Amino acid sequence: MLSEAVKALSGVRIIDLSQIFAGPYATKLLADMGAEVIRIECASRSGRGGALPRLRPGGDFGASFPNGDTGEHSYNRFAYYNEVNRNKCAITIDLSKPRGVEIFKRLIRISDVVVENFSPRVMRNFGLDYTVLKGINPKIIMISISAYGQDGPYRDYVAYGEGIEAMSGISKVTSYRNGPPLKPGVAYADAAAGLHAAFAIMAALRYRRIKGVGQYIDLSMREALTPLLGEAIIDYAMTRRTPKPTGNRHQRMSPHGCYRTRGEDKWIAIAISSDRAWRALCEAMGYPRWSQDERFAGVSGRISHQDELDKHLNEWTAIQDNIELAKVLQSHGIKAGAVLNAADMVNDPHLKQREFFEKVEHPEAGRHIIPSISWKMSRTPGRIERPAPCFGEHNQYVFGKLLGMNAKDIEELAREGITAEAPLPYTDI
Amino acid sequence: MAERALTGLTVLDLSQNISGPYCTKLLADYGATVIKVEKPMVGDPSRRVGPFPDDSPDIEKSGLFLLLNTSKKGITLDFENESGRDIFKRLVKQADVVVENYKPGEMQKLGLDYERLCETNPALIMASISYFGQTGPCRDWNGSDIVAQAMGGLMHLTGEPDREPLKLPLSQAEYQAGLNAAVAILCAICFRDTSGEGQYIDISVHEAVASILEGAVSTYSYSGRILNRTGARHRYKCPSTIMKASDRYVHMEASAYWDHFAAMVESPELMQPRLSSVMRYRHADKVEKAIYPWVESHTADDIFCIGQEWRMPVAKVMGVEELDGDPQYEARNYFQHISHPAAGALRYPGAPFRMSETPAEVTRSPLLGEHNYEIYRGMIGLSRDELAMLKERNVI
Repeated sequence: MLSEAVKALSGVRIIDLSQIFAGPYATKLLADMGAEVIRIECASRSGRGGALPRLRPGGDFGASFPNGDTGEHSYNRFAYYNEVNRNKCAITIDLSKPRGVEIFKRLIRISDVVVENFSPRVMRNFGLDYTVLKGINPKIIMISISAYGQDGPYRDYVAYGEGIEAMSGISKVTSYRNGPPLKPGVAYADAAAGLHAAFAIMAALRYRRIKGVGQYIDLSMREALTPLLGEAIIDYAMTRRTPKPTGNRHQRMSPHGCYRTRGEDKWIAIAISSDRAWRALCEAMGYPRWSQDERFAGVSGRISHQDELDKHLNEWTAIQDNIELAKVLQSHGIKAGAVLNAADMVNDPHLKQREFFEKVEHPEAGRHIIPSISWKMSRTPGRIERPAPCFGEHNQYVFGKLLGMNAKDIEELAREGITAEAPLPYTDI
Repeated sequence: MAERALTGLTVLDLSQNISGPYCTKLLADYGATVIKVEKPMVGDPSRRVGPFPDDSPDIEKSGLFLLLNTSKKGITLDFENESGRDIFKRLVKQADVVVENYKPGEMQKLGLDYERLCETNPALIMASISYFGQTGPCRDWNGSDIVAQAMGGLMHLTGEPDREPLKLPLSQAEYQAGLNAAVAILCAICFRDTSGEGQYIDISVHEAVASILEGAVSTYSYSGRILNRTGARHRYKCPSTIMKASDRYVHMEASAYWDHFAAMVESPELMQPRLSSVMRYRHADKVEKAIYPWVESHTADDIFCIGQEWRMPVAKVMGVEELDGDPQYEARNYFQHISHPAAGALRYPGAPFRMSETPAEVTRSPLLGEHNYEIYRGMIGLSRDELAMLKERNVI
């Protein structure tokens, strides 16, 4: 199954029960590096959304399907799933049935890592908590990703990423100046959890290579996001100052913000980090009279008069092209960059030259662009070797080749409803 | 002390500010020996950033530095000096990993690039973190957190649709890069343990941000749709937004049991077919209007409490100042009191995950040059006299 390229994580097998983004992002990083990731899905929990009737749903949701069309198998055509699950295998097992649990346990015997992000009671209810898995394979590494952690009074509380962001302190400061709290524009709690989870798994694997023992990792998404707010936490600890929403401004740089440029919804970010950079900006602007105001010569003056500065700057930027302006400002040594949307990014010459995006052919979704490997490694670069799996695509490979079941046994699994043809349909559309 | 997962790994850390130091903090907290190398007399620029106790600047008391350099050893060394570079190469011989976040080309200028360090230690792993990576037309551009968030596509997605794009608070782009570097380094360690080969890792802050756009790029490729900002709302889930309760903000969201949610917020209107379908995000205004009377007549604490009784994913919008007394963090002993000889005892965020066999062990950040004697003596056998001479010449 694995091809010839040299991979950092070849020989590592990960059983992935995780859904949505936090867990799948962690296993994406490791699959990209060559680990064999086997997703366990079932009809009622596929992580792909339920099967949608053939329709062209409107809005952003419809846009997640090729040309806005859910197709015959919506669950194989969902952009979010297909982006984060490339390089993985997918099989179906219904863990609520004893035979499903039995097969899962056989898989644990030949695997290195188990990743799950159910709420804390689910694995226990399946009879598959760490103690059980360790009994089957003493070297297994298991990581549970949950909202609040595996113990404590909130253990069984329900939360998704946005709630965790609110509870961690980040939403309150994701805000325009003195404005109400907003949502980070991406699933940020999930990204933070996913990256820390990948690190945790790699650390546990390293310990296992040295000492030969596995272990259990309890990752609370809220606790994994909190360190990224460390600057505000230590500020409060030292000075009892509570962070105020500063929008796009900065404590020590001014001007610092996002300015309107020519075109619809086009913007540029500019960060003036020193008086020298300010003088360079004045030069780039051709020394307009307002810029020579003495109040703007030093950083503290610029910080106290940033409203006024921003007004002037916005007037200057508004008639220019953001990408061209960024080049001009950069040539003056100024920290500046266009605010890029997805289309801009795909066409960005820098990302192009670094081959940050890759076109991947998916049998049911067609040929599409997705972000490639997150970093560049000289010896084991990693690559996208296969598109995201279709539902149940690797049942034959895993049940037949890895577990040695014959064709008749595999057919029987389907008859007993241990494996499934398709996710359950959505009923309330 | 319990055993730790990364015990036995030696990391030479030339990195400064946030991205690199967060990477090596993770490695150090989980057991690697991280030797932070700082410029004599001056140190990491984050030593001058603060915050400072009583707002009085002191290079040994900067909050940013104290936070990001826990569990590390600190030495001073001047690379611009030839004997400084020789000493560095002797350290490299004994190290597993070098981490740096200078501008691309700086390490070459110093003669300390990967190729040359490999001559000293062929199995070396070296990770370079830069704003735009080591190649490409923007390689030498001037970066900052807001610039990386802008060019990485994150800013376009954050904020209100009818206002300017908004950056995530503090320095999130830098942390993303640090996290990527930490994972990549452990992958490289894994490969080295099996093959004996080291390698070079190129981490771009810009690309670290562009990697977490969660479907924005594939959605564009699938259907041509450019996703836009949605303020406090989620793109598809409805309701999923921040609303003002009677005292402060809460995050309101429903589970799959819509009838339970409608009952909880006492709004039979929500059971209309149009609003009970999952396509109701098209009518988000109506849905939120129907919920609002219940939300504004309850306190945030009540909503959190009642919501959890109904098993709804509701939450309070908390400030970092409230995290301190939160019962969940407390029950899990999350925050850590760490004493520091200059800055005193402070409360730090704890470990991001718990390992049953090899828990993190977070100890205070080093003073400038604190471990010079221990490291120079222990690792490369310099004598007290040699150290005194180097110190006199400002090499260490």
